[in-house]
Amino acid sequence: MRLYRALLRLYPASFRHEYGGEMRALFARRRREASGAGARLALWLETLADVVPNAAAVHAEILRHDLHYTLRSLARARGFAVTAIVVSALGIGATTAAFSMAMHVLLPRLPFPDAGRLVAFWQDQGFRGYSHLELSPANYRDWRRMAASVASMGVYTGTSANVVGVGEPQRVPCALVSASLLPTLGVRPELGRLFEEADDTYGAEKTIMLSDRWWRAAFQADEGVLGKTVSVDGEPYVVIGVMPPGFEFPTRVTEFWIPYQFSPDDYADRTNVYLYGVARLKPGVTLAQARADLGAVAARLAREYPKANEKTGATVEWLRDQVPSQTRLLLVALVGASVCVLLIACLNLANLLMARALGRRRELAVRAALGAGRERLARQMLTESLLLAACGGVLGVLLAVVVDPLLARLVPQGLPIAATPGLDLRMLIVAAAATIATGVGFGVVPALRVNRGDDVTALADGARAGTGRPTERLRAALVVGEVAASIALLIAAGLLLRALVRVQDVDPGFDARGVLTLRTWLPMPKYEATAQRAAFYRRVLEDVDRLPGVSSAAYISFLPLDFGGGIWPVTGSDLAEPASDSRAASVRYLTPRFFKTLGIPILAGRDVGDGDTAGAEKVAVVSESFARLYWPGQNPLGRRFSIAFFERTVVGVAGDVRVRGLERPSEPQVYLPYEQIPDGWMSFYVPKDLVVKTTAGAGALLPTIREIVARADPAQPISSVRMLSQVVASQTAPRAIQVRVLGAFALLAFLLAGIGIHGLLAFTVNERTREISVRMALGAQRGDILALVLWRGARLAVLGVAAGGVLAFVAGRSLQALLAGVSPGDPPTFAVAVALALVMTLAGSLLPALRAIRLDPVIAMRVE
Amino acid sequence: MTTRDDNPETLLPLPPATFHILLAVAAGDRHGYAIIQDVAARTNGEVKLSAGTLYRSIQRMLEQGLLVESRERPAPDLDDERRRYYRVTPFGMEVARAEARRLAGLVKLARARGFVPGRA
Repeated sequence: MRLYRALLRLYPASFRHEYGGEMRALFARRRREASGAGARLALWLETLADVVPNAAAVHAEILRHDLHYTLRSLARARGFAVTAIVVSALGIGATTAAFSMAMHVLLPRLPFPDAGRLVAFWQDQGFRGYSHLELSPANYRDWRRMAASVASMGVYTGTSANVVGVGEPQRVPCALVSASLLPTLGVRPELGRLFEEADDTYGAEKTIMLSDRWWRAAFQADEGVLGKTVSVDGEPYVVIGVMPPGFEFPTRVTEFWIPYQFSPDDYADRTNVYLYGVARLKPGVTLAQARADLGAVAARLAREYPKANEKTGATVEWLRDQVPSQTRLLLVALVGASVCVLLIACLNLANLLMARALGRRRELAVRAALGAGRERLARQMLTESLLLAACGGVLGVLLAVVVDPLLARLVPQGLPIAATPGLDLRMLIVAAAATIATGVGFGVVPALRVNRGDDVTALADGARAGTGRPTERLRAALVVGEVAASIALLIAAGLLLRALVRVQDVDPGFDARGVLTLRTWLPMPKYEATAQRAAFYRRVLEDVDRLPGVSSAAYISFLPLDFGGGIWPVTGSDLAEPASDSRAASVRYLTPRFFKTLGIPILAGRDVGDGDTAGAEKVAVVSESFARLYWPGQNPLGRRFSIAFFERTVVGVAGDVRVRGLERPSEPQVYLPYEQIPDGWMSFYVPKDLVVKTTAGAGALLPTIREIVARADPAQPISSVRMLSQVVASQTAPRAIQVRVLGAFALLAFLLAGIGIHGLLAFTVNERTREISVRMALGAQRGDILALVLWRGARLAVLGVAAGGVLAFVAGRSLQALLAGVSPGDPPTFAVAVALALVMTLAGSLLPALRAIRLDPVIAMRVE
Repeated sequence: MTTRDDNPETLLPLPPATFHILLAVAAGDRHGYAIIQDVAARTNGEVKLSAGTLYRSIQRMLEQGLLVESRERPAPDLDDERRRYYRVTPFGMEVARAEARRLAGLVKLARARGFVPGRA
């Protein structure tokens, strides 16, 4: 019998209350009639089959009822319904978008089988400040041979290469890989075969794997491509396979993979490091065990090769954790902001629902008096809040889908995952969780709180519903919470905006306006001879210079900001003695008129000239900071120093340029004439970036320049066509996006908080109509009433601002790495936020206050 | 939540359990167990209402105004306090008649096709 009683609990309480007794009596009678174990079992089975579907049907009926009732009552309160749905949609949408993006990046599902066993590894030379140093071929070979914790190991280097014969000549992003890399990742080819060790042997036939995307775009998805040859940097490669769609490694733009084929020379130098490592751990091996194992291997090699491998250890991390720390911080900030917005939305909803419940208190009391149990009333309210939240949830998911591509721009390209998370299960789970939290947490609690009140007083004529102190205090606390959260967000966004402006204001040292840039990466060994390259540059520059609208053009090794490296030690007997670790400078080779093209001033001496040929004296133009560092207070012209293998004479001083980036200090710069590179040396430093100062539109110029390059060398691809201003802007692009996203969130929060203040005050004024009328009847002036209402709003705002300010300061400190030196307590930002909060309070309080002073005491009293 | 003033036709077709319950209470006030027995007896045991189906139907029929709870109770020595007695309302009778007409019409159609022995 107890079991049956328990079974009946499946029914709603109201139904059980009504019919439970009779059903139990019926069951007892049938049980008495059932004799024998078989009959009893049959009775139980029958009972189960009776109770479960019928209970579900009763629930469904109530749900239908409640939905019907809710829809009818919401149709009467359209303003409320729309506000509630929009508010929950904003909160749920923001949260869903931010969370799904953060999960997508921070907890990526790497598209590799059993990816939980994949680690990335580096050499650790912490004593020199490098904890993530790439490997040399020899060290990689030895690590691979000696590591016991690893099932397989591979290395790669992302690069790009000239491809000729596949459409236009083009520069294509690709990766050099060891034959073991793709098997280590566990991927299979879509077509053909993977690399084998034989492909990765010095002197073997060169082979190439294509990405699915490139195979479709450049080879029209032709399966007959296998066995054909592709010209990469002037050498033939045989196509052996095509990777499956979605395989993007190491970056999202990689189009093909070729084996290293290390030569004996490559193995000779253990300090030449450029290999990135990936390993698959043996089953059951922990990260700590792998660290210990590879650490021991590195230590053994450090003993064997004390010079090259001095104090070298191993750094091992999960492959899935390879997210830049700035990105990580940014996403965490984003999630924090979205939670803030959801919280504010929920507080707002709670307030709305509570106001509504208070307003409907009499209706609820009537229904209770007519026999509706408290459980049915609460259930009715739950249905209402869940329905509203569900509508908001659906809208919110749509919102998230729309917003995610924007957020996707926060994800760096160098991660082997898709750009946007897409509408996946995780996103829907987040949305559903946010919806339920919104609907249940903030719908039912206020409803129950109101419902707890004494029903009889609610029925009493003219009872003042909702002005009970505790309820009002709770509602006021909710509004203070909203204001605090929105102020915190606003200040955080403000700080980031200040940081953005500060970075944008940094003078890069050159004038990017009207400068078109593009890259012609001359392939080796074809262009090993310096004279041959010089002929190419001269031909291109002469023709470009003649174009209408072009005032000057030049070639240089790397654009400033675009490439921060190229750092060489500076030596010489003629130098002042600066601290040793600062005796380095960035080196660039260039043609004449680079400084003119970029508007970099020549402060003394001259530009590199056509006379600075291979056979002439080796000369250099140095930056102002270089001259100041090595010859303080003296004339640098004619001084000598050594860099990049040769001693050079200073012939000119140019203005400083931020080569490393707007947010980082840059080394002093040394500029060398393009003809003074010995044949076959320093091929990485060969000038490849063309800069053209033009008053004509880049679009008009580009086709002509393409023709000019094609005339100079028909097999030469052009890549990286950009305006120099874009290069500068790309420095601050992540910041700009970040400010926009956070700013949008802050604005949203701010709006919601304003709605919250307005809602609370409007409700209070409404509920206090009689009190206000009495006051006015007793002689209170309009000004007094106005002050009364405004003061209530101001009190909420002040409390909220104070709490929010503290919150913002704490948040600002954790964001400090993103602030570019702006203090987390930045006074102007705080001042603006506080001022905005005051304006919002005023705006939110104004309408209710006006309503209050327009009350006609006589009419107001008569309504009672 | 009542449809008492509605046209009886809007409730048609009736769920079989509802129709059987109406037939059972048409003869006089009945409590739940009596309804089950009555239905079983009149259908020669072919229709056995389960407790869940019975009370779920009764709840809905009360809401629809087909039934009311009867205040008249049998003599105390025959009564069980837990029991509730249900009486058909005039609207309930109307609905039962309408359903019967609907069924009769269907049978007539079937007969015309020769599905049922008897006169066309």
